[in-house]
Amino acid sequence: MSTVNNAPRKPSLLRMVFGSLSLSLGLAIIVVFFGGALISLIWTPFDVTSLDIPNKLKAPGFPNLMGTDHFGRDVFSMILVGARTSIAVAVVAVGIGMGLGVPLGLAAAVRPGSFMDEVIMRGNDLVFAFPALLIAIMITAVFGPGAINAIIAIGIFNIPVFARLSRGAALSLWTRDFVLSARVAGKGPLRISYEHILPNILNLLIVQGTIQFSLGILAEAGLSYVGLGAQPPIPSWGRMLAESQTMISFAPHLALFPGVAIVLTVLGLNLMGDGLRDILDPKIRRER
Amino acid sequence: MLRYSLKRLFSLVISLLVASIVIFVVIEIVPGDPATYMLGINAQEDTIAALREELGLNATKIERYWGWLSGMMVGDFGTSYTYRSPVSELIGDRIWVSLPLALIALTLSTAIAFPIGILAASRRGSVTDMSVMGATQLGVAIPNFWFAMILVLIFAINLRWFASGGFPGWDEGLFAGLKALTLPAIALALPQASILARVMRTSLLDTLSEDFVRTARAKGLSKAKALRRHALRNALIPVLTIIGLQFSFMLAGAIIIENVFYLPGLGRLIFQSISQRDLIVVESVVMLLVFAVILVNFLVDLTYALVDPRLRGRQ
Repeated sequence: MSTVNNAPRKPSLLRMVFGSLSLSLGLAIIVVFFGGALISLIWTPFDVTSLDIPNKLKAPGFPNLMGTDHFGRDVFSMILVGARTSIAVAVVAVGIGMGLGVPLGLAAAVRPGSFMDEVIMRGNDLVFAFPALLIAIMITAVFGPGAINAIIAIGIFNIPVFARLSRGAALSLWTRDFVLSARVAGKGPLRISYEHILPNILNLLIVQGTIQFSLGILAEAGLSYVGLGAQPPIPSWGRMLAESQTMISFAPHLALFPGVAIVLTVLGLNLMGDGLRDILDPKIRRER
Repeated sequence: MLRYSLKRLFSLVISLLVASIVIFVVIEIVPGDPATYMLGINAQEDTIAALREELGLNATKIERYWGWLSGMMVGDFGTSYTYRSPVSELIGDRIWVSLPLALIALTLSTAIAFPIGILAASRRGSVTDMSVMGATQLGVAIPNFWFAMILVLIFAINLRWFASGGFPGWDEGLFAGLKALTLPAIALALPQASILARVMRTSLLDTLSEDFVRTARAKGLSKAKALRRHALRNALIPVLTIIGLQFSFMLAGAIIIENVFYLPGLGRLIFQSISQRDLIVVESVVMLLVFAVILVNFLVDLTYALVDPRLRGRQ
């Protein structure tokens, strides 16, 4: 407690300790969930696709650590496999956002105010007006629900985030001396962006990637909760919550565990993002 | 100010036009023919032909787009295929659930976040600050629909203070309506309030370290007075941006939360329409929601100019 009280006098030390604490805590949580997801690829305590009606709605205990659902499926096993779904959807969605957003942002930054810059930035504004949920609704209305459509919807939502971030960061880099020397050396905008700008904004991208990853997990949960995400029999945390809703009065454990899994994963990623920011980019202060 | 507003208004109209084209095109790329899609694979030829005629699918795409757009401008969103009633009526019934819900949640989130953010910033590094940061870190991570379910479990099922869902309608009186929206609004507001409180704190800390605040303190103003008179107003710009962005999250969130509480709002309408393949309703409700988001961002832009006179000249 004394450290806390001393805080105003020693903000830098406290910040460092807190920073590494949040990083290590976040990392620990994420390792557990990624580990669980990986293990579920080869082994789960119970088969999540087989129904065992006589054992339905069992309270948490042994051998079903988190109890069973209305079909007698093991909730712990479903959480493990659900982690896989969440992580896969969020990772690919961040990949789409980075893969398209970063080149767009870098291209816009080459000549600020140019026609290309205007088109890219106005396009960004437009995509910003469509929350991920609305994109998912439109895609689903046309192609039907599924994990792929959730990935596309969250991915599209991520594009302007990365485009804006990389444009903003690249703009200030373009005025720096080392970029000027590269230009004098005869390098074109494409090569400069790739060889000089990109490595210098990588730290920022990693931090933002972590944040978008956690938002992706939340969005995936929301989409599968309303039935626009992964479809049965693939377990997903959001759908587990949706299914638990009608049974919440007599089987609250069904609603508890998937929710806690989401909160912990998102919390872990956010803590990790905060910690990474401190380490990777000392210029940006840790408060958000 | 007038020039700035007009410029913003112009870009608002352009954004709306482009958004309407995007929505129209996305719904148009439905595999095959919309009439066949809506009726399903077992439909009779003449039923499909009749629906094509009714939907005006025999006209060219540009004519249909123009028809949809010009219709919307006078409040005609077309006729729902499944409900057999004008989409504007369907929306009109439901918007009085979704809009109050989003607005109450937004007000609640702001009312919670402002004092908490200001408190944390003014006592930076203290136990209060640490607790606020910890609690908001947790709040950011909680999915609003799960939080809603927990609220139902506690306040509806165990304590029986509220109904676990449903909406009596505003005809039953303001109190009954507000009571039905209380839990949904709290579920929507708290996670957003966490984000907003963090932004408020950061923004205030940034301005508190500025020269003009130091000058104000040097003049002899107390810390609280310097904060109230000088720092707060200047800290508002990033906070306003986030409030504007939050509105779109609130609308999207309201769509999901309505499902938790079985509220007859736009969210329920849109999901029912998706499962019934009623593309006309989907198209129009999505357009309406995007319109709301763009409009709010426009209003936020105007508010910037009111809060920060420098922006009027720069733009």
